Amino acid sequence: MNSTYGIVAVLVVALGTALIGAYGLRVSRTTSDFFVASRTVSPWWNASAIGGEYLSAASFVGVAGLIFAYGPDMLWFPVGYTAGYLVLLALVAAPLRRSGAYTLPDFAEARFGSPVVRAVASVLALGIGWLYLLPQLQGAGLTLHTVTGAPDWVGALVVAVVVTGNVISGGMRSVTFVQAFQYWLKLTAITVPLVFVVLAWHAQGARDLAAPSSPQFSRETSVSFDTSTTVHAEQPVAFTGTGVVDGARVDGPASMAVGEHTVAAGSRLTFPAGAPVPHVSTIERTTNEQWALPMRSGEQFPLYGVYSLIIATFLGTMGLPHVIVRFYTNPNGRAARRTTLIVLGLLGFFYLMPPLYGALGRLYAPELLMTGDTDAVVLVLPSRVVGGVGGQLLGALVAGGAFAAFLSTSSGLMVSLAGVLSRDVLRLRGVRGFRVSTVIAVLVPLAMSSLVGRVPVADMVGLAFAVAASSLCPLLVLGIWSTRITTIGAVAGMLAGGVPALAAGMVTISSGSGDAWYHAFLARPAAWTAPLGFVVMYAVSLLTPRRVPPGVNHVMVRLHAPENLGLRSQDRL
Amino acid sequence: MTALWAVGAALLVGAAVVAVLWRTSRTRNDFLTEAQRITFETLHTAWSAAPPLRAGLVPEAAKKSARHLRTLLGTPALALIDETEVVAWEGGGEHHAAQAVQLAGEVFATGRTRAFDISCAEPDCPVHTAVLAPLTVEGRVVGVLAAYSREPSAGLVRATNEVARWASGQLELAELDRSRTRLVEAEVRALRAQISPHFIYNSLSAIASYVRTNPERARTLLLDFADFTRYSFRRAGDFTTLSEELKSIDQYLALERARFGERLQVTLQIAPEVLPVTVPFLCLQPLVENAVRHGMEGKVGPGHIAIHAADAGDEAHITIEDDGIGMDPEALRRTLAGQVGETAGIGLGNIDERLRRCYGDDYGLVVETAQGLGTKISVRVPKYQPGIHAS
Repeated sequence: MNSTYGIVAVLVVALGTALIGAYGLRVSRTTSDFFVASRTVSPWWNASAIGGEYLSAASFVGVAGLIFAYGPDMLWFPVGYTAGYLVLLALVAAPLRRSGAYTLPDFAEARFGSPVVRAVASVLALGIGWLYLLPQLQGAGLTLHTVTGAPDWVGALVVAVVVTGNVISGGMRSVTFVQAFQYWLKLTAITVPLVFVVLAWHAQGARDLAAPSSPQFSRETSVSFDTSTTVHAEQPVAFTGTGVVDGARVDGPASMAVGEHTVAAGSRLTFPAGAPVPHVSTIERTTNEQWALPMRSGEQFPLYGVYSLIIATFLGTMGLPHVIVRFYTNPNGRAARRTTLIVLGLLGFFYLMPPLYGALGRLYAPELLMTGDTDAVVLVLPSRVVGGVGGQLLGALVAGGAFAAFLSTSSGLMVSLAGVLSRDVLRLRGVRGFRVSTVIAVLVPLAMSSLVGRVPVADMVGLAFAVAASSLCPLLVLGIWSTRITTIGAVAGMLAGGVPALAAGMVTISSGSGDAWYHAFLARPAAWTAPLGFVVMYAVSLLTPRRVPPGVNHVMVRLHAPENLGLRSQDRL
Repeated sequence: MTALWAVGAALLVGAAVVAVLWRTSRTRNDFLTEAQRITFETLHTAWSAAPPLRAGLVPEAAKKSARHLRTLLGTPALALIDETEVVAWEGGGEHHAAQAVQLAGEVFATGRTRAFDISCAEPDCPVHTAVLAPLTVEGRVVGVLAAYSREPSAGLVRATNEVARWASGQLELAELDRSRTRLVEAEVRALRAQISPHFIYNSLSAIASYVRTNPERARTLLLDFADFTRYSFRRAGDFTTLSEELKSIDQYLALERARFGERLQVTLQIAPEVLPVTVPFLCLQPLVENAVRHGMEGKVGPGHIAIHAADAGDEAHITIEDDGIGMDPEALRRTLAGQVGETAGIGLGNIDERLRRCYGDDYGLVVETAQGLGTKISVRVPKYQPGIHAS
């Protein structure tokens, strides 16, 4: 792949972001425009901004990669990412807005009036934010690696530097219009190439996506290995190339027998057209027909995995720190609900695209099944299918869009994380405190990213969702809908759900995927940690009825009564 | 390896939680001599009782303070009584409550500490003798502190008397707090009523000048005038949203523009993200009025006013700038310190005071000015502050 266009696209996105950050949106308006100036952000703008901040590396490259490798079970990722907003809409959006809270810790304080509940909520919000930021950096590394061949850490560093600089200089502080623009940029970047890819696929005879045969190299393909990789060949494969296979030096024509083979780092093997693709050992070997069927992803306990994923994503969205702060921009609870509804539509439309990339990838980019870089399928596909300069331009567009995804999500996350850090942990207010916090907020995931095993981007995001679903979701849902929750119950529930989920996430991230039976329970913890969080929070609350925060009915009226009824309590100074 | 990571991660999370919890509730336990320990414990108990006492003699707070006061006196039972009833009873023998109100009547009448013998039919009732001491605020008895014990003793009388005097001090401070709040509220009311007569006169004559030539504009201006006065005279609520406050500023500026015409130039730069932020009622409009007054006074050419509201993470930053005659920094400092009256600016001191009260001392007004060099006033408002909601 010619990298020039891709590098240019990534540079344009990074520079554009930096410039917007440096100069801001210096749009002055005169009084005749006062009406425009004083108009609150409309639900459409706000929804686009939420979409722009929300569609992350996981959505842009991760979902397609997982579907590409593991089949339709993974469709629950996009479904869950979207449906989380349905739960948010029904249970949380309007009361949260009416509470007047800007961040999740703010909500904890507004509802429970307790600094301890606030402190625990802050720590969890930090943990979730970092867990979410980590795959963004990884995804950036992957994109830059795919486009330019630079080492993985370069992309992570670029994103970290650009975003930190931006946030510190005061730019892109959740400017609604910039973030809203990001949504449409990402949608364009993923849709336009896909249209051409589908047209090309159609023109080339519309090959069956679910044929009863294993994925084959569609043309002569050379595959480079950056890390030592264990692959499994279903049928004997002939290849040429240089490198080390099974400990033996290969230089020229050779072949793989059926079974496991280890390819050393730095090898470059070329396979002829029509050869069956040996799969990396962690991906289940299926024919395309089997791949297209559910429950064939080769995971242990696939049904458990699916339910766990559903719980994590449906309940976890409301606990993401950068999503929650966006709701503050809505003028009232009603607008918050409308915004959420529009978000559902926008996300639903966006998520139509990645599965198609995944499916077409099995025809056109099957070598990724061999290297295990499945997340790269979105980036590779356009230039592979369309070919020529046009294909490279489309590839550059996708790369730019992906980079925009990392930048916007990361900056949204960084702003909220730095806010929590400066206010609740470091207790440094003002501009200096915010800057110090920003630097800390980025250093932690950057350090973590060097320790991390090879976990698919979307899986890691799934872990952040799981922690949110097990800790902050019970806090929000029970806090909004039950008057019985006590301060002790809230803290106990958040810890009982959040700490196991966080620990499970850490283990999965540090050790990568394993084979042990309990691995499924660690990689997808939400199905047991989320109920644990809910049950503990409610049960402990029932056991400590004397610790119900005072004035809970007052708070409930404020959370649930529509603003224009005039029922809201008149809190005096 | 996996297990190691798991343990490490769990420890890290645990440590973080503990660290934050520790920060929120820090306690000290050092080695003390006996005298230091007694002083420490007495004063510590006394100060634990102080915050609820500052809330006054209301049932919930009184219950808390009674608990600490009983620890202080070491009696089996203690009661706080106001003119009509027992507000809080701490300890056993609560069936004496009705009797206590009766006994308290005498203390209310005389204002002196009295000891009473109480006979009780119940065998294990700890209440045999009572010491009732008055709680006085500005020389007036507002309540009675009743300490009960099994044996009468002169020590109890003296101790009760001292504790009651100390508690009276706290109640007086509470009264002081209340009068300060009342003062600020009165100032806000004054601020509401303080639409200057000049402004009304000028607005109405400006409107009158349009009635024949441009009746449509005159009508719009009259409506602006009506809305502006309605907002300013609003009775309910100490807080509003930034968007409401800006709307009122817009109406105000429309009226001023009718008077000054092209001479008054206004630039607005409002980040829509901060419009829902809750701000104290009338915390910006007087600043704009100030800017118009200073920006246009003693000037022939145009005056320029700029209003910015920017989003800054968990705060909103608002600045109001004019290029007029400026103010004398020294006079301004005195005004903000509350030393002089209303000379330097309309209610600047009041706005500063209210912002500090709502959000803490970090959030006062920042004024950059010098004679002849214009004025820039900056206001910072946190997006969320516990207990503050727009109404």
